[in-house]
Amino acid sequence: MQLEDFIKIFEAELADIAPGTIKPDTVFKLLDAWNSMQALILIAMIDSEYGVTLTAENLHDCLTVSDLFSVVQSKKAVLNS
Amino acid sequence: MFTVSGIKLSGLAVSVPKQKVSNHDYPFATVKEKELFIKTTGIENRRIAPEGLTASDLCFEAAEKLLHEMNCDKSEIGVLLFITQTPDWIIPPTAIRLQHRLGLPKTCIALDINLGCSGYVYGLSVMSSLLKTTGAKRGLLLVGDVSSSVVSEKDKSTSPIFSDAGSATVLEVCGDENKIHFSLHNDGEGYNAIIIPDGGMKSKFTPASVEFQKISDGIERNKTHLIMNGVDVFNFSLREVATDAKQLLTFCGKETKDVDYIVFHQANLLMNEAIRKKLALDPEKVPYSLKDFGNTSSASIPTTLVTQLRYRLTNEKLSLLLSGFGVGLSWGTAILETDKMTCLPLIEI
Repeated sequence: MQLEDFIKIFEAELADIAPGTIKPDTVFKLLDAWNSMQALILIAMIDSEYGVTLTAENLHDCLTVSDLFSVVQSKKAVLNS
Repeated sequence: MFTVSGIKLSGLAVSVPKQKVSNHDYPFATVKEKELFIKTTGIENRRIAPEGLTASDLCFEAAEKLLHEMNCDKSEIGVLLFITQTPDWIIPPTAIRLQHRLGLPKTCIALDINLGCSGYVYGLSVMSSLLKTTGAKRGLLLVGDVSSSVVSEKDKSTSPIFSDAGSATVLEVCGDENKIHFSLHNDGEGYNAIIIPDGGMKSKFTPASVEFQKISDGIERNKTHLIMNGVDVFNFSLREVATDAKQLLTFCGKETKDVDYIVFHQANLLMNEAIRKKLALDPEKVPYSLKDFGNTSSASIPTTLVTQLRYRLTNEKLSLLLSGFGVGLSWGTAILETDKMTCLPLIEI
């Protein structure tokens, strides 16, 4: 799994975000488009694409998109081990 | 997992309040928020009970019309279950009041069960087991909620989701070839994922209970209102529901192709679609009533059956998988067959 693909999927799920807006160091919770509904949409997307479930704590602890990607990567590694 | 033989569903009716509310008109969210909400949850319209119309009233109307249509001898009804989280009173049990209102015999066992979104599946199980052990010919399962009365209208995380409905299902004794398979689960660790904090004995009602607090933008409520931790409920549903359905199918030697319809509790479109995709189910096998009836809590499965499958339930033999999941946390799956059952058109009060 690649960070670039993760960002593309992340952007596609966010309402009103132009492609290329999201960078690895984007603090996603500060985006205008971010809200509690988007959090659920993101959880569903990650569950569907990567087969892992983000918890409320994961979302709370992550600041950037890159942080999120790392959590998904490590959860996926545990699943595959 | 277990199987109950010799019990079948023979009648079903659902009643909803006449009053329709559109989420496009929800006053405590921006237009953009409302558009995203409707697209994501699939909930456009809801039915809201006026003050004084309770879940027991909705179930009563459904039961009266159903028993009349079935020409049912009330003296044969030996069990009445009322499953709700919005009873008429804390004391006495509403089921016992319903026994009298419906003119059922004093020998009829009448029980309230406090369950929400898993309540219909649990109700089928408890009713089936009681019919098998009491010798009663028929049982009346009443399942419904007026959730609109326990959410804060100013809470955009709950108010635009919930809708009101009541249902009545008649179960009866039949030949042992008819089987209902059940899988029932609970996890009390998640007791506070959906909760009304005050009003029970753990945290009694006080004047402070009704003081409104602003939790965040668009979320204002007091401690008598329902709180839902959306992420926890969402993750629980993603984790457990599809797995439970698969395990029960395996238990009774079936695959999803052997079932005509899979009827899920109508939580919200995002969640239900995620579960549907996990089970690789064709969309046409998974009916929804979310758009016009929202999340009707314990009544969402019967509401979907009546509004989406009435013609086929009335005219054909169907194999159904029913799946309820939510507050508790509690979840359950049932696999059963219906055969030209009495299914009334939606009743509006």
